[in-house]
Amino acid sequence: MSTSKINNFVVRFANVNGTGSASANFLFTKAIFRMGIPVTPKNIFPSNIQGLPTWYEVRVSEKGYLGRRSGVDLLVAVNPQSMAEDVKSVRRGGYLMYDSTKKLHDEFIREDIHYLGIPLMQMCNENYSDARQRQLFKNIIYVGALSALLQIEFKELEGLLAEQFEGKEKLIPANIKALNLGIDYVKNNFEFPLDIRVERRNLVGDKIMVDGNSACGLGAVYAGASVVAWYPITPSTSVVESFMHYAEEFRTDKVTGKKNVAIVQAEDELAAIGMVIGANWNGARSFTATSGPGLSLMNEFLGLAYFAEVPAVLIDVQRTGPSTGMPTRTQQSDILEAAYASHGDTKHVLLIPATPKECFDMTADAFDLAEGLQTPVMIMTDLDLGMNDHMSEPMTWDKNRKYNRGKVLDAAALEKMEKFGRYLDVDGDGIPYRTIPGTHPSKGSYFTRGTSRDEYAAYTEDSGIYKANMERLLKKFETAKNMVPAPQMYQSENRYDTGIIFYGTSTFSAEEALDILKENDIHVDAMRIRAFPFNDTVEEFINSHKKIYLIEQNRDAQMKSLLTIELQVNPAKIKSVLNFDGMPITAESILRQVSNKFKSDQHIPKTKKVS
Amino acid sequence: MTYIRPKFRHPELPKNKLGYSINYYEGALSTLCAGCGHDSISASVVQAAFELNIEPHKLAKLSGIGCSSKTPAYFLSNSHGFNSVHGRMPSVATGANLANKDLIYFGVSGDGDSASIGMGQFIHAIRRNLNMVYIVMNNGCYGLTKGQDSATADHGSKNKSGHLNVYESIDLASLAIEMGASFVAQSFSGDKKQLVPLIKSAMNHHGFAFINVISPCVTFNNNLGSTKSYDYVRQHVEATSTIDFVPEMTEITTSYSEGDSQQVKMHDGSYINLHKLDTNWNPLDRHSAMNAVLNAKLKNEILTGLLYIENDSTDLHQLLETVDTPLNKLTELELCPGADALVDINKGLR
Repeated sequence: MSTSKINNFVVRFANVNGTGSASANFLFTKAIFRMGIPVTPKNIFPSNIQGLPTWYEVRVSEKGYLGRRSGVDLLVAVNPQSMAEDVKSVRRGGYLMYDSTKKLHDEFIREDIHYLGIPLMQMCNENYSDARQRQLFKNIIYVGALSALLQIEFKELEGLLAEQFEGKEKLIPANIKALNLGIDYVKNNFEFPLDIRVERRNLVGDKIMVDGNSACGLGAVYAGASVVAWYPITPSTSVVESFMHYAEEFRTDKVTGKKNVAIVQAEDELAAIGMVIGANWNGARSFTATSGPGLSLMNEFLGLAYFAEVPAVLIDVQRTGPSTGMPTRTQQSDILEAAYASHGDTKHVLLIPATPKECFDMTADAFDLAEGLQTPVMIMTDLDLGMNDHMSEPMTWDKNRKYNRGKVLDAAALEKMEKFGRYLDVDGDGIPYRTIPGTHPSKGSYFTRGTSRDEYAAYTEDSGIYKANMERLLKKFETAKNMVPAPQMYQSENRYDTGIIFYGTSTFSAEEALDILKENDIHVDAMRIRAFPFNDTVEEFINSHKKIYLIEQNRDAQMKSLLTIELQVNPAKIKSVLNFDGMPITAESILRQVSNKFKSDQHIPKTKKVS
Repeated sequence: MTYIRPKFRHPELPKNKLGYSINYYEGALSTLCAGCGHDSISASVVQAAFELNIEPHKLAKLSGIGCSSKTPAYFLSNSHGFNSVHGRMPSVATGANLANKDLIYFGVSGDGDSASIGMGQFIHAIRRNLNMVYIVMNNGCYGLTKGQDSATADHGSKNKSGHLNVYESIDLASLAIEMGASFVAQSFSGDKKQLVPLIKSAMNHHGFAFINVISPCVTFNNNLGSTKSYDYVRQHVEATSTIDFVPEMTEITTSYSEGDSQQVKMHDGSYINLHKLDTNWNPLDRHSAMNAVLNAKLKNEILTGLLYIENDSTDLHQLLETVDTPLNKLTELELCPGADALVDINKGLR
């Protein structure tokens, strides 16, 4: 490694699930963030509540790279169960911090790494009498030790503890004591600081640190969702928990306690989406959140909503499939299932966020789009974005923003009409007008159904009428192309032969890889897809390049399939860069795959190693 | 099915308080088989809505899939309707009801729709005491797919092809009582005199009002040996009571003799006058209602009438403590926390 070790390293914590390590590890991360240094944490956890190994990986990056980086510079090993694996994961020349209360077994000794033994258990036993405290403060002691070794400013840790225990101030001194136990041990026993360390910077600006699911939940509160139906499933559960949290604050009458919202935990995902469709049909904004297995179950209703033209918002926090797969690992593998959910000819609107701010914006926009287009809109986030804290631009809301409820006829409009046709394409954009039950005593009622019907919603098996309706639905999807978010372009005009395409959580590592390619004088254009149907710009980008690399996190190159099917582009032109092991994609992996493919075409020299 | 319906209506048809005559409550022409029990139930719905002076647009009809689920097209054409997917009407009704608590939600389902594919949604809607009317048009068979036994076909009942059903049947009325439904009734499609006041009472009930209506399938399940044929049902029906629904503000003129009559007050001030035929049963007591249904079953009787009512039940909106204004009437003003609040939220995330 030739690059600086200041503000440029990875620390991994190896903990046992359910031992209170999460808040200590977050304290560590947040203190670095408060020192103005870009930092990105990732939780690597088992599908288990207590007892199995869990890891928390923190990447500190002066350059602001927020993707995962492999290789561990410092490993905090407090889980004997995973010790063998943990020792192996440390980079040559790196550090292993461990509990030296008991002697480290010979098999865990490597000549090429440094050992930082701290008698954590012994210190806890000497200083705390309560069993739970002994377990919890072990975590705080190692945070204290790390702060000395890595030069994390004490006042930031102190400030964070004060915020965390606001209202329970008597808990603060014991925590401060634990921090100091760790700091003092380092001062008395090790040389410090280490070569890897932090230095205060001003690189964070007004950015926030939040997970995507919290942002989605808040976006739904802002968008005016008033009926929420859901079924618990990892990793989407915290979307609804976030919604509940903010609804408690913003949707509850302070005097009467009554709520401007109804939240129902349904009996299964089928019922959850059914409720969402019922509520939207009846004029309330409504959403659900789920993950792959739930999306499979919701297919039936998504087909109904598509065909009967009922708005619905669904937040799909993708996890590793198929079937139950790896429930606590990430993937972008629901793309095709979502795009064509349900039997028959269907196409659905997808929005693909890459940051918490986009989770907020796209969730809010999804309600306008769903009502504007009278169709389901799915937000394709994933476990990595949803459940890990990310540094993000702050969330914003235009104070003049009004909800766009789409083409809904009120009583006055109906009164003026001679005859209401629910599925008449009055405006030529494929989007008909709808009415909400209870609007007008004698006009506007119709029968919503999943069976074929004519423009006036009457049942029909007439082939011509059926066909015309299916073609109108296509026209509506065409209209949607220019209503959904356009792709993000990384250049004002396409200049090179090669283009790189990515989407969602592949973005951070893709951007890092782009920087490194550029440093190596390899020039490419880049585009981030943000929605389906594809905006015309997507097609232009592909057509204006000889070769395309498409980065995605699934086995079958699902976005490539979607592009090929929808845009009729030559599949041979698109080379896939894939990652589907359940861990977030890294820049190294992208570069390795890209350079291998470049090499095979004799174009480009091997790339430099990633720092 | 019938192809032509005479358009002529007597010019002096009586009008209800809203000035509507009964034809205002009719729907499209039925496409079901001539003599189908379901059409009689639709006629009872029309009659009940007319007599109750219901504004058709203040009622929403919902159904699943099956012969029964087609019927909402055949009554109240001035009401919005939603013919959803098989077995999933309860969830659509739940969402619709949460969006606007001020409408009447009228759900129609069948025995396949509710006792098989939709059993989960059916009992969970009951658990939540969703404020709706839920009618099952129960014929013990799958009509649209040509006569297979359904889960409510009685053990030993013979279907049209001569096959005896070997499975236990699911009794929807006792299931509904068990699950905590706050209004449970049972009737027979051929007994309009009983069915109309039951539907009226159900529409006025605040909470989940379930009516299991035995509705013979003339085409596939009306043969000798079937326990859901017209003949069998007529012979085995055992009415618990005769009932009258007395809307709020109506002077009570009928009087019943002490002992066998019972007046049930509903949440809105209306009354149900029950003229009980069996004095050992108390419709306000869940345990007693359960016993009555089970005892009748042992005697191969189909107990009809209002079986159980909890007149002061707490519906889903009350359980969720929603505001009085229907949620679909709320605007940005009530729903959006605003730009300033977001500035504070961001601050808390730094």
